[in-house]
Amino acid sequence: MSDTWLILGASSAIARAFARVAAIRGADVLLAARDIDDAGATAVDIAIRTGRRAEVVAFDATDEAAHAALVERARAFAGEGTLNVFLAFGAMPEQSAIDADPMLVGPTIAANFTSAAVLLHRLAPVLEARGAGAVVALGSVAGDRGRLKNYVYGSAKAGLHAYLQGLRARLVRKGVHVVTLKPGFVDTAMTWGLPGMFLVASPETIAAAALDAATRKRDIVYAPGFWWGIMTIIRHIPERIFKKLNI
Amino acid sequence: MSVRWKDLRLTGWGRGPASAAQAARPERASAAAEALAAARGEGAALFARGAGRSYGDAAQLSGGRALLTARLDRILAFDAATARVECEAGVTFRALLDTFVPRGFVPPVSPGTAFVTVGGAIAADVHGKNHDRHGSFGDHVDWIDMLLADGRIVRTGPDAEPELFRATLGGMGLSGMILRAGFRLLPGSPALAVHARRIANLEEFFAAFAAARDSATYSVGWVDALARGRSLGRGIFETAEFAAGGAAAPARKPLPVPFDLPAFALSGPSVRAFNEIYWRRVPSAGREDVRALDAFFYPLDRLSDWHRLYGRRGFYQFQSVVPDGAALPAVRAMLETVASGGNASFLAVLKTLGSEGRGFLSFPMRGVTLALDIPRSAGADELMKKLERISCDAGGRIYLAKDAVMSPETFRATYPGLPAFEAALQRLDPAGRFATDQSRRLAIGGRAA
Repeated sequence: MSDTWLILGASSAIARAFARVAAIRGADVLLAARDIDDAGATAVDIAIRTGRRAEVVAFDATDEAAHAALVERARAFAGEGTLNVFLAFGAMPEQSAIDADPMLVGPTIAANFTSAAVLLHRLAPVLEARGAGAVVALGSVAGDRGRLKNYVYGSAKAGLHAYLQGLRARLVRKGVHVVTLKPGFVDTAMTWGLPGMFLVASPETIAAAALDAATRKRDIVYAPGFWWGIMTIIRHIPERIFKKLNI
Repeated sequence: MSVRWKDLRLTGWGRGPASAAQAARPERASAAAEALAAARGEGAALFARGAGRSYGDAAQLSGGRALLTARLDRILAFDAATARVECEAGVTFRALLDTFVPRGFVPPVSPGTAFVTVGGAIAADVHGKNHDRHGSFGDHVDWIDMLLADGRIVRTGPDAEPELFRATLGGMGLSGMILRAGFRLLPGSPALAVHARRIANLEEFFAAFAAARDSATYSVGWVDALARGRSLGRGIFETAEFAAGGAAAPARKPLPVPFDLPAFALSGPSVRAFNEIYWRRVPSAGREDVRALDAFFYPLDRLSDWHRLYGRRGFYQFQSVVPDGAALPAVRAMLETVASGGNASFLAVLKTLGSEGRGFLSFPMRGVTLALDIPRSAGADELMKKLERISCDAGGRIYLAKDAVMSPETFRATYPGLPAFEAALQRLDPAGRFATDQSRRLAIGGRAA
């Protein structure tokens, strides 16, 4: 009986890396993605490289009416095995674009917070009933403090962090573990070419950290770990100073 | 989403002068097409770049746009019955080895490092230590999906758009961007039975190759590039066959070269001592051992970033092939030139090649190929010119994947397929969208630097 990972938002570089490393370590993967041709290529790649089962399901996070069918599919895919969830979808428009068009606020919060909460809420009873498994959801260091350069995205992630805390308390009672993974800067299409990037980690590094956090049942994890130190400092800067900083 | 570009300074593996370029790193074919369209809209020239393992200026363009293939790294199909593989351009030989060696298959042709990508292997039509037997990588390619300068994605093969196919194999990326390819693996195993023996001089080397090239699957000569006089061309000759039931060697992490070595580390005396010890290790009567596949094919991959051994100034790699009839005197002249030049070359590699490749600009021809590292110290450029002259006069040609300094005149005189290649480019990319520092230096298509 094998481990299964439902990977939500499977086209992102972190999700692709995670799917690969999970399969290498013996799990079957169900890739939920909007672009199923692209996810199909990832699935074939994983199946050839690892010999594990890798399948694709069409998924649009904001299409909340379709969540129930997705959950059903995941349950069928997992069969008698353990069902785990890796939540990696999200979107990060540039703050300047949002400032220019306030109508982007809603979709940004929907893509990063609302649809994640709705879907996790639908998955929760299924996971409770199975009594095992893990949820690893991608938060962000941007959610630790609202910053001039990125506060709409950051506030959506902050909302997700709070939601995951509550979900963690709910699911731990039924043997299901919830990890909030907060990556720092990651070398993905989302950050490619953006100014001001430093200490950029590879998607593979984040993927390995995510899997380790699930295995070791850690609650809130910064990846790479040194971001805990950076964010501890950033969180403790007094607001009257912080508000004037250009970060 | 609009295409985001990142400012990069790109150089070849030999760490020559870097060129500034703006790079996109598509994660799927559609994103590559968007990046190409964006570059075209701005009238910018562009080029694809894989692992950056060509030595010279073949994967850089000053002021150009780079399409990096690092994230196009998926294996798309495999059929064990026919040994056919399909994959994206950025899949590395390392990934192919990790995936298929345990199932009894190896890449049909292996260059000297497993870090190269499939796209790069096609663009340079790479060869390995089995060229007499199996030809170059392009000989095993069934089809290639190309993103052309006009934005179309076209599948080409020997019978589909054959001109595009011939312009792409060995075409150094100038016919378009390689997105995906289908090719055949060969049966193999994780270990090889290697026969190694000490060779006293160049004549003995040529005799050894003549005896082995039609019988051994793999053969290679490691030449002490500092030996002179009666020992000129001394070295170690290795032949290898896959070992039946060979045990897989444990994976070893590469040892890093953590910093650029100072110049004296590779000075004449230290290299000479190293080469002497290396040579004496192998008995003159020869010896037989079973070696892990990696150790035989990719000995330098054990040192990641080994190019740092040559220090900050980098190095040239000279590689040319000379037709059999003229090879012995030409190789002798090259080795004499290097040995008397004082530019310590670690070692030289000697191989035989079997036949022409299928690409207009494929490097191989039936003959003998010599490869040497030349540190970029004073006099290196002059030395490279001398070697180029010897090669050209002997009817040889220089490998574009290694080239950094060849003159357009030598190139034009030694690549008879060039007019057909240029005619193909004229049709495929009349505006010259695809370009590199190398293509400009060599004035390919009449477009000089």
